[in-house]
Amino acid sequence: MPILELTSLTKHFGGVHAVDELDLSVEEGEIFGLIGPNGSGKSTTVNLICGVVSVTAGRVAFEGRDITGAAPHRVLAAGVARTFQNIRLFGHLTVWQNLWVAQNSVEDRRSENFAKRWFFGSGAARDAVDEQLEFAGLAGKRNELAANLAFGEQRRLELARALATKPRLLLLDEPAAGMNLEEVHALDGRLRTLQQAGMTIVLVEHVMELVMGVTDRIAVLNFGRKIAEGLPAAIQEDEAVQQAYLGGSVETAHA
Amino acid sequence: MDFFFGLLQIIGVHTLLGLSAYVVLQTGQVTLAQAGFFSIGAYVSAMLTVLAGWHIIPALLVSASLAGIVAGIVGFPALRIKGLMLVVATIAFGEFIRLFWFNFDYQIAKEGITVGPQGGEGFKQIRFFPENGWSTLDVAIFIWVIVALVMLALWWTDRSRAGAVLRAVGEDELAAQSVGINLTAVKVGAFAAGGFIAGIGGAIYAHYTTHIEHLNFGVMLATFAIAYPILGGLRNVFGTLVAVIFIQGILVEGLRFMGDWRNLLFGALIVLAMNIQPRGLIDERSVKLVRGLFTRDTRN
Repeated sequence: MPILELTSLTKHFGGVHAVDELDLSVEEGEIFGLIGPNGSGKSTTVNLICGVVSVTAGRVAFEGRDITGAAPHRVLAAGVARTFQNIRLFGHLTVWQNLWVAQNSVEDRRSENFAKRWFFGSGAARDAVDEQLEFAGLAGKRNELAANLAFGEQRRLELARALATKPRLLLLDEPAAGMNLEEVHALDGRLRTLQQAGMTIVLVEHVMELVMGVTDRIAVLNFGRKIAEGLPAAIQEDEAVQQAYLGGSVETAHA
Repeated sequence: MDFFFGLLQIIGVHTLLGLSAYVVLQTGQVTLAQAGFFSIGAYVSAMLTVLAGWHIIPALLVSASLAGIVAGIVGFPALRIKGLMLVVATIAFGEFIRLFWFNFDYQIAKEGITVGPQGGEGFKQIRFFPENGWSTLDVAIFIWVIVALVMLALWWTDRSRAGAVLRAVGEDELAAQSVGINLTAVKVGAFAAGGFIAGIGGAIYAHYTTHIEHLNFGVMLATFAIAYPILGGLRNVFGTLVAVIFIQGILVEGLRFMGDWRNLLFGALIVLAMNIQPRGLIDERSVKLVRGLFTRDTRN
């Protein structure tokens, strides 16, 4: 059974078909690439899965459960975490606090009572935050305000914040945007580490060095429709894909 | 001496009012309904002590809880609106409560005189303190014990995960939802907590002034409620306290000698203070400054 399954998922913004009858299934443990020219509906797809925008038609199932139209915090509680295309940290909270508010997974919820969880703090939650900081390589910055971090550090913190919720599926919306090659390689390594730990990842990305290297399978969107799906090598050879990226209008060729 | 105790009482009550808005402002919601919740605390507690003969402490807790519940109910429609629309909606709600008291008439005869809220005439003879022989000093101590307890609770919350969650919602609602924060619970909870604190303030206010009327609880009071935490800064609860002392103690009372010119200077000084300290009177810089006074290490 696929861990994430989209069935004829559709989103219309007025007359614009941002996502059109999209079928997608992601297997547990794989890194799944979602690519396509600008405006092809990749970010909208992520927002539909997370419940940030309402679904026009179709179905989203996670681990066999229907989560179509669930509120974002419920999608997260089900085990799906995400990052944003333009980083959205809590700038005036410290690095440590950014992770602390995200300690919100289901097991955490069951293990402690309300007062302890929210007002008196618990050792377990604090330890978990420290662990995440260590993995993100931000232990030395724990008391910095998130807004004061360098760009690469902010990206790392946002990923750490998503991981702090202990998800089973991670949706990354252009995590490599604005990164230099060195940072892209570091991200590549981090994603592989996560995959080895059993994480399933959906990677929305423009940076082909990353997508072609790290993903197991790729789906290509254009104008909200899926035009190709398969192994990275096959996608690179695919004519429809080349058409979408290069043969289309001049704007999309530059995108 | 009574003048100073009187001033202490005003500062105490306004601190509670300011803190009630502080909690809601942390979640990024601007509310002008706090005077309404304040009036619920005032009227309901006064009815409990005067008409039902309760002691002030249970009356205060019950009326504040009621104010908190009403505030929570207001919090639900407030979820769907943001920014300026929320400001307008909360003004409307505050006025709704004020006009309710304007029309509310419920009097009973007690020991030969009629007591109780009397519509536009207001609610007179709220005499719990004098009847029980509390001096102005006793009342001032009572008020400040409560203010201290509320400040301690909020200071604690600020440092807890709950406080970080409130601020996270205030910074970015979408990101907050995406890390699992239930926006509805947080926003309604903040409104209810703010309403509870405003209710405590109102209950105390009714009993030290002994006479309340609907005009006490207008938009002007609601404006003061949000002005304190905004002027003081949302960094911590002491900002609100400092702002109340600055406005009520220094500007309102301290400038009395200036006669009619006071109001002019009053506005000018608030504008000046906000320009000098744009993130509030208590911001990162002033906290560092104060810390520097108490530590030998001057590297900071």
